[in-house]
Amino acid sequence: MSLKSRDLIGIKELEPGDIELVLDTAAGFKDILGRDIKKVPALRGRTVVNLFYEPSTRTRTSFELAAKRLSTDVINFSVSTSSVVKGETLRDTAMNIQALGADFIIVRHSCAGTAHFLAKNLNASVINAGDGTNEHPTQALLDLFTIKEAKGDIRGLNVAIVGDILHSRVAKSNIYALKKLGADVRLIGPPTLIPAYMKELGVGLYTDMNEGLKDVDIIMTLRIQMERQGKGFFPSTDEYFRNWGLTLERISRAKKDVIVLHPGPMNRGVEISSDVADGKMSVIIEQVTNGLAVRMAVLYLLSGVKA
Amino acid sequence: MKLLIKNGHVIDPSQGIDETADILIEDGKIKEVLRRKEPAGGMKENESGIKTQERGVINAAGLIVMPGLVDMHVHLREPGFEYKETIKTGTGAAIRGGITSVCCMPNTDPVNDNSSITQFILKKAAMEGSCNIYPVGCITKGQKGRELAEMTMMYEAGCVAFSDDGRPVADSLMMRRALEYSRVFDAPIISHCEDLMLAARGVMNEGLLSALLGLKGIPAQAEEIMVARDIALAELTGGRLHLAHVSTKGSVELIRAAKKRGVAAVSAETCPHYFSITEEAVRGYNTNAKVNPPLRGRADVEAIKKGLADGTIDVIVTDHAPHHMDEKVREFDLAPPGISGLETSVGLSMKLVDEGVLTLKQLVGKMALNPAGIVGIRKGSMKPGYDADICIIDPEREYRVDAAGFSSKGRNTPFDKWDLKGMPVITICKGVVNELS
Amino acid sequence: MSKKILDKKDIERIIARMSHEIIEKNKGVGSICLVGIQKRGVHIAVRIARKLKEIEGVDVPVGMLDIALYRDDINVRKDQPLVRRTEVPCQISNKNVVLVDDVLFTGRSIRAAMDALMDFGRPATIQLAVLVDRGHRELPIKADFVGKNIPTLLSETVNVQLEEDGMADKVCLNES
Repeated sequence: MSLKSRDLIGIKELEPGDIELVLDTAAGFKDILGRDIKKVPALRGRTVVNLFYEPSTRTRTSFELAAKRLSTDVINFSVSTSSVVKGETLRDTAMNIQALGADFIIVRHSCAGTAHFLAKNLNASVINAGDGTNEHPTQALLDLFTIKEAKGDIRGLNVAIVGDILHSRVAKSNIYALKKLGADVRLIGPPTLIPAYMKELGVGLYTDMNEGLKDVDIIMTLRIQMERQGKGFFPSTDEYFRNWGLTLERISRAKKDVIVLHPGPMNRGVEISSDVADGKMSVIIEQVTNGLAVRMAVLYLLSGVKA
Repeated sequence: MKLLIKNGHVIDPSQGIDETADILIEDGKIKEVLRRKEPAGGMKENESGIKTQERGVINAAGLIVMPGLVDMHVHLREPGFEYKETIKTGTGAAIRGGITSVCCMPNTDPVNDNSSITQFILKKAAMEGSCNIYPVGCITKGQKGRELAEMTMMYEAGCVAFSDDGRPVADSLMMRRALEYSRVFDAPIISHCEDLMLAARGVMNEGLLSALLGLKGIPAQAEEIMVARDIALAELTGGRLHLAHVSTKGSVELIRAAKKRGVAAVSAETCPHYFSITEEAVRGYNTNAKVNPPLRGRADVEAIKKGLADGTIDVIVTDHAPHHMDEKVREFDLAPPGISGLETSVGLSMKLVDEGVLTLKQLVGKMALNPAGIVGIRKGSMKPGYDADICIIDPEREYRVDAAGFSSKGRNTPFDKWDLKGMPVITICKGVVNELS
Repeated sequence: MSKKILDKKDIERIIARMSHEIIEKNKGVGSICLVGIQKRGVHIAVRIARKLKEIEGVDVPVGMLDIALYRDDINVRKDQPLVRRTEVPCQISNKNVVLVDDVLFTGRSIRAAMDALMDFGRPATIQLAVLVDRGHRELPIKADFVGKNIPTLLSETVNVQLEEDGMADKVCLNES
C-alpha cells in the first residue's frame, strides 16, 4: 500500500483511503516512540531538508525529530522573510537544495500555493508544513490521529472549530480531512473571521459559542494571531475571550466526554482558559507526541512512492 | 503608391458598410471603398488566403476587411520596464493582433505625468513603433492621487486621455477635480475602479475558491463601489468618464442604469479575459491568470457579455500587461498581476461573434470605432482620407495559441495552447502592409 | 501447478518436535522468549508457546516483530510495506530469544529481524525456528530449528496458509 502522490501538498488532494493509511501507519510509529531506542533504519541514507520561510520552532522540530527517528540526515534551512521579496527566488533556492541531494523538502512559507509550486518544479518529495492561509496537512493528520485515538472512529462525530478560520491553514486542512472521513463540522467565531461563503464547504457557521458548542464531541480551538488585533477583526483580546474564549463553563454544553485540541502555541486567557488547557478533557500535549508519529508515517509512506 | 484590396467582406460601421467590396488605398490613405451590388465577375470568390502576386492587389476573398483595431488600454512598459516590453516589441505585438493604434498607459518609470515624458514616448514611437501610439497621461502627479498633473500641457503634447491606471484615485475630491478640469481639453478621464482598502491586498476574486486556495480575495464590491462613485462624480461634474476593465455583474448594472438615466459622458471597456474565463483559471496557482481586477465568476462573465451585447460596454481592450517570466514563475501572492493580451484579443473576441453575442459589425465598433471616438482620434474608420489602417481577418482560420512565439516580450497568458478561430492575416498601418503568418 | 507439502497433521507434529528441540537445546524454557516475525511467524510462535506450556507447564512470553522498517529492499520495492505492530513483551537482554518465521529463504528478513531485535536490548542468544527452509540463502544465516527442508527452484514459491488467517493449515509449493 502506498500513497498516490509523492508529495503532500494538502488534504484537499488526498483520498479518504490515503488519510486512513497515514493514520494506520502512524499507529505503528507511535509504538516506536515508546521504546528505549526510538530510531529505525527505514530511511537510512535519505536526506530531508526543512526549508522554512516563516519562523516556527515546533513544526520544524517535530519534522526534524521525525526524520531523524527514521535515520535520515536532516538539514535546516531557514530563510528570512525579507529575502523572499529581494534576493534569490524560491525556485532557485529550492533547485539548489535539490542539487544537494535532498530527497524530501519540507516547506513552510507565508504564501499560499508554495508547496504546490515547488512540487511542480522539483523531483524531490515536497511536504507542505504550512503555506500561507492555505493548508497545513500534517497538523490535520495529527489532529485526526488524536481524535481517532480518543474516539475510535471519526465518522459521525460532531466537531467544533473555534476561532480565526479565515486565516487558519490548520482549520482549513482539518475541515477538509474531517469532512472526508465523515464528521460533522461546525465553525464558531467572530463573523469577521468566518466569511459567509465558508458555508459552501458544507459546514455549519455559528457566532454564538454556547449555541455552537452544544453536544459536540470534539472542540478544536485555534490560536488567535496577536497581529490580527487592531486590524478590525475584533476589538480586543479581552472582548474575544469574553465571546469566544473556551472556558469550563462553556464546555459544559458539549458532550460529557468531549476532548479539546489546540495546535499550539496557546494564548492562555485569549482563546482558551488555563483550566481547560490543563483539564482532563485536554489532549493538547498528546497532540505533540502524535505529531511525531504522523510525520514519521508521512515521510515513510512518501518514500515508497516512485516518481 | 496604390493598393487595392479586392473582394473582401468589408465591415466599416462608420460608413454602414457590411458587404463584399474593394478598397483602394493611395499614398497611405484610404482613397475609397468601391461598393457594388453583385460580386464582381471573373474573380475567384472562394479562394481564401492572401494573394499579392498581382502587384498592388490583395485578394481578400473569404476574408474580413475592417478598420485597423484601436486598443485604448495597453501597457508598453517603456520607459523604465524595458525588460517586460518596449515600444518596439509592444507595437510589433499589436500589429500581429490586427491592432494599428494603441493608447499606452502612463504607469511607466518615470510615470507619464508631464509633457516631456509624453514627448519621449512619441519620439520613440516615431522611431521604433510599428503602429500608431497615443499616450495616456497621469491624472495626478506621480500617480500619487494628491495633486493634478499638468494635463493640458500633456494634452497639447499628444496625450489623448488621462488615467492613474493601476492605481485608483482614492480621494473622491481629487477625482471630482480631475473630471471637472478635463473639460478644459475634452479628453476622457479613465478610471481604474478599485477601492484599495476594501480590496485589502487581495490577489483573486473573493469567494469559495479563494478560501479553497487560501488566497486573499477581492470582493466584486471593491470595483463596484468605485464605479458607483465615479458615475456619481461624472454626473456632478459633467466630465467625461471612461471606466476601465469592467469585470463584474454589479458594475455592468451600474453603468447600464447610468446610461439609462442619460449620463451621456460615461463609457466603459472590458477585456477578453473577463468574457472568456472565470476565476477557475487561477486553480493550481496559475500566476498567468492573476490579473487586476481579478477574474470573476460565471455570472459575471455572462453579465459582461450581456453588457457588450446591449451596448452598456462600449469597448473591448486588451489591458495588455506584459511581465517577465521570472516575475510570473513564483509565489502567486508575489507575482505581478497582468495578462499579455495583444496577440489573443481578436481570436477570443471572435468567439463572441460565433456565440451570437455580437455581430461582426458590433465587434468592429467595440474594437475600433468606439474607442477611437472616446479618445478622439481619426481612427477606426475607412472613410476616404483616413489613414490606411486596416485589419484583415481570416474568420475560418483555426490556430493554437503559442505564447512562446509571441512578438510581445510578455508570454504571460492564461490562453496558451488554446484553440482559437479567426486570425488577423494582414495588418496595414498607414499603408504599410504587414503579412502575418 | 500446486503441490501440497505439509497438511494440518504434519504441521502439528512439526510444532511438537520443534518445541521439544527448543526445550532440549535451552535446558528448559526458563530463559526463553519467543518472537514471531509479522505476520505468519507470530502465529507459529503462539503455537509453539502453547506446546511449551503443555510440555513444561510454563508460560513463555511471545512477542511480535514487524521488520518493515528494517528491510534492506525498502528503496527498491514497488510498494511500501505496511507497518504492522511490534510488541516485545519482556526485557530481552540476557534472554535466549527464539525468532520464529514461516519460511526461511534468502535470509534477508532474518537479518532485518535481528537488527530490529537488537534495538530492544542485548539478548544472550538469538536462535531461529522456521516451519520451512527452502534454501537459496543470500546471507550467512542458518536456522537452529527447522520444521521441514524443502528443496525448491528459484522460480517456485512456498505458500504457507494458517488457520489464524482464516484458512486451512497447509504448505504448498507453487510453480509460477
